[in-house]
Amino acid sequence: MGENGAGKTTLAKQLNGLLKPTLGKVTVDGYDTTKKSVAQLSRKVGIVFQNPDHLLFSETVKEEVAFALKNFGFETGVIVKQVERTLEALDLAHYADTSPFLLSGGERKRVALAAVLAWEPDYLVLDEPTIGQDYQQKERLRNFILQLNSQGKAVVMVTHDVEFVAECNPKVVLMSKGKILAQGQADEILSDDGLIEKASLVKPQMAKLFSQLDGFGFPRDVVDVHRAKMLLEEKLSEVKVRVPQSS
Amino acid sequence: MAGTQGEIIAARGLGFQYAGSALKALDDINIIIGQGEFVLLTGPSGCGKTTLCRCLNGLIPNFHPGEMSGELLVDGVSVAAETTSELSRKVGYVFQNPENQLFALTVEKDVAFGPENLGLTREEIRARVDWAMDAAGTVELKDLAPYELSGGQQQRVALAGVLAMKPSVIVLDEPTSFLDPRTAEEIMGAVDDLRRARGITVIVVEHRLDLVGRYAERIVVMDHGRVVADGKVEDVLDAEFDRLSGLGIGLPKVSLLWSMLRRDGLVSERVPTHVESAVKMLSERLRN
Amino acid sequence: MSLRVLNGFKFSSLKTPIHKLDPRAKFLLVIGIIVPSLLFTNIYLLGGLLLVQVPLLLIGRVTKRWIQSLRAGVFLSALIFVVNFFTGPLVNAVALTLRFLLLMTTFSFFFMTTSPDDLGLAIDKVGFIRWLSRRWLGYPNALSFTFTTAVRLVPTMAVDAQTVVDAQRSRGLELDKGNLLKRVRNYIPILIPLLLIAIRRSLELAEALEARGFPGKEGRTSLFELRFKLVDYVLLGISLAGIVLSFWVFFHYRIPTV
Repeated sequence: MGENGAGKTTLAKQLNGLLKPTLGKVTVDGYDTTKKSVAQLSRKVGIVFQNPDHLLFSETVKEEVAFALKNFGFETGVIVKQVERTLEALDLAHYADTSPFLLSGGERKRVALAAVLAWEPDYLVLDEPTIGQDYQQKERLRNFILQLNSQGKAVVMVTHDVEFVAECNPKVVLMSKGKILAQGQADEILSDDGLIEKASLVKPQMAKLFSQLDGFGFPRDVVDVHRAKMLLEEKLSEVKVRVPQSS
Repeated sequence: MAGTQGEIIAARGLGFQYAGSALKALDDINIIIGQGEFVLLTGPSGCGKTTLCRCLNGLIPNFHPGEMSGELLVDGVSVAAETTSELSRKVGYVFQNPENQLFALTVEKDVAFGPENLGLTREEIRARVDWAMDAAGTVELKDLAPYELSGGQQQRVALAGVLAMKPSVIVLDEPTSFLDPRTAEEIMGAVDDLRRARGITVIVVEHRLDLVGRYAERIVVMDHGRVVADGKVEDVLDAEFDRLSGLGIGLPKVSLLWSMLRRDGLVSERVPTHVESAVKMLSERLRN
Repeated sequence: MSLRVLNGFKFSSLKTPIHKLDPRAKFLLVIGIIVPSLLFTNIYLLGGLLLVQVPLLLIGRVTKRWIQSLRAGVFLSALIFVVNFFTGPLVNAVALTLRFLLLMTTFSFFFMTTSPDDLGLAIDKVGFIRWLSRRWLGYPNALSFTFTTAVRLVPTMAVDAQTVVDAQRSRGLELDKGNLLKRVRNYIPILIPLLLIAIRRSLELAEALEARGFPGKEGRTSLFELRFKLVDYVLLGISLAGIVLSFWVFFHYRIPTV
């Protein structure tokens, strides 16, 4: 996370070798990225770029999703099955023979995601996946990410969408001006005034709320709505109990 | 009756279908917007928000052909009677993608583009360009090229270019999608300042209500081409909370929190639209 | 010939007297140098024309990049020299190589010291182009407008091109492998997205421009105007004189190569 220009995408591109470090080292599963090609590293690290239009070029969605599999040298039989599976998982099966250019913006984003998930990389990097999405689309994305994660895949999300991150509560690496400012749980980092200020972000609404409710003994690191509700529930019920006759 | 005191936009039975589409992108829209209002236009993807905006400055039906029905008046004149060029003097439009609306080689030339099209004298153009660049905070950027600017700077330049036309309405179509949250707030704040200073009517299309909720007085919610809610932000959020979340609109977390607490009978006040009012109400509650 | 030779043609904004010259005057100067260099093969004349530009390059502070582009153009000049060496007298080879370097220098000088905006403004003033534009596209400023927009989009498209390459490489596309046929086919996943992005961008730009009143009425005023200063007239005069003199000498005398 970080503001525009903080270096997030630059760092992400180091993960599959598109960019190589000028100082220090980057290793993926123990392999030095300078010793492997982008194609080799991409087998393990799949990057989904922000704008699906930078990827789409095939005549059908099926072919689009199969592209990477062909590049990586999978057998035809395997390719057909993988394409089917991926399209199913992303609810795109009915578009298999449609041209990707006829789909709406949100659907094209899903095709781009499918194109990368096709080869089931162990590490999935999503560059600004929530831009331009409405709330329902973001909800679907969030569930999908959590599902992938629960299947053992590592997910790296490059984003400045604090509310979205607050809902997922992942580990956060906060960057600014090319440096890492802090690493930790989302609720700790996003509720820290100093860090938020330095990284030019804004605090999630829940964190703002609780930081302004002084003197009631609330913890500061609240970013999630449900946790907020539970904490307030407790305190508000206490208040009701303390003054029974006025309720 | 349009042309009535303070009414700047009036739609009656407005409908539209894009050429080649069987769907009604706009279906029986009836809205009246007064001069100087700050309207938040929202709804799920594909509900017709952008279509409605395009009708306001003539891009529909001139740039995006199709069948328009019903009536739409801007400043008392039907949009069907005016060209996009004429309407651009009344309704300015800031687009979602910051870079794709800047075409000149320097910021100053880009801001000058609009007034140049109006056939004004050179002195008048100069005055407008200087004023607009100052009002949008872009004076230091004047000799830079569009691709050298950050997203936030590009949107400010776009805003300056629109302001230089001296419109009475500015439409901003998801202007902060590509911007980080801090910059997004700056831009929204700048837009609101301009509205208050110049009495410009502002219409912002946005999914994320927490961003704009602080400035907008009025919210219009669309779904499948129709207006499904229209009123003051606090009223609509309070009365229609559940329906709005069913539509998949990005409701402010603090409003969501409140509606959950209210459902459990722990609070009874109206749903707050931003953090500050929630803080006030909760503090009072908890102190007792 | 690496891409670095293109540096010798890229504009960089500096505030030198050369940069401030009206582009039309500069262009006529370029013609004033090209005409004699094409009409004559006298080595001393060609060498002189080349040397005369050096002080101009120095004042314009673009000498370093000019030298860079010369170095990159060494291959082509050597080719010209060698070909002519075997098909004629030595002096001819020298003259023709000199002419090539001379022409390259002149154009390089022009493009390095003239901003695309000014070029656009200059084109906008040329009567013939306005006429052509009106006949062909409907508006007198449409052609110069097209030119300016193209220039403005170049750096943006360059970034897009890089992004597309990155995105496709991340899907296992390897651009440096395979035989010639395969390599050419590998560019399809690069070109198609680029083309579509260009189209989409153009449509969005067109929309934004219409939303700001383009094309407006016939009497479109321009905020910026090119104006001839005294030095421009002087330059104009010298160039015209040079051109006329060149033609007169050409038709009346025979100038040998040496």
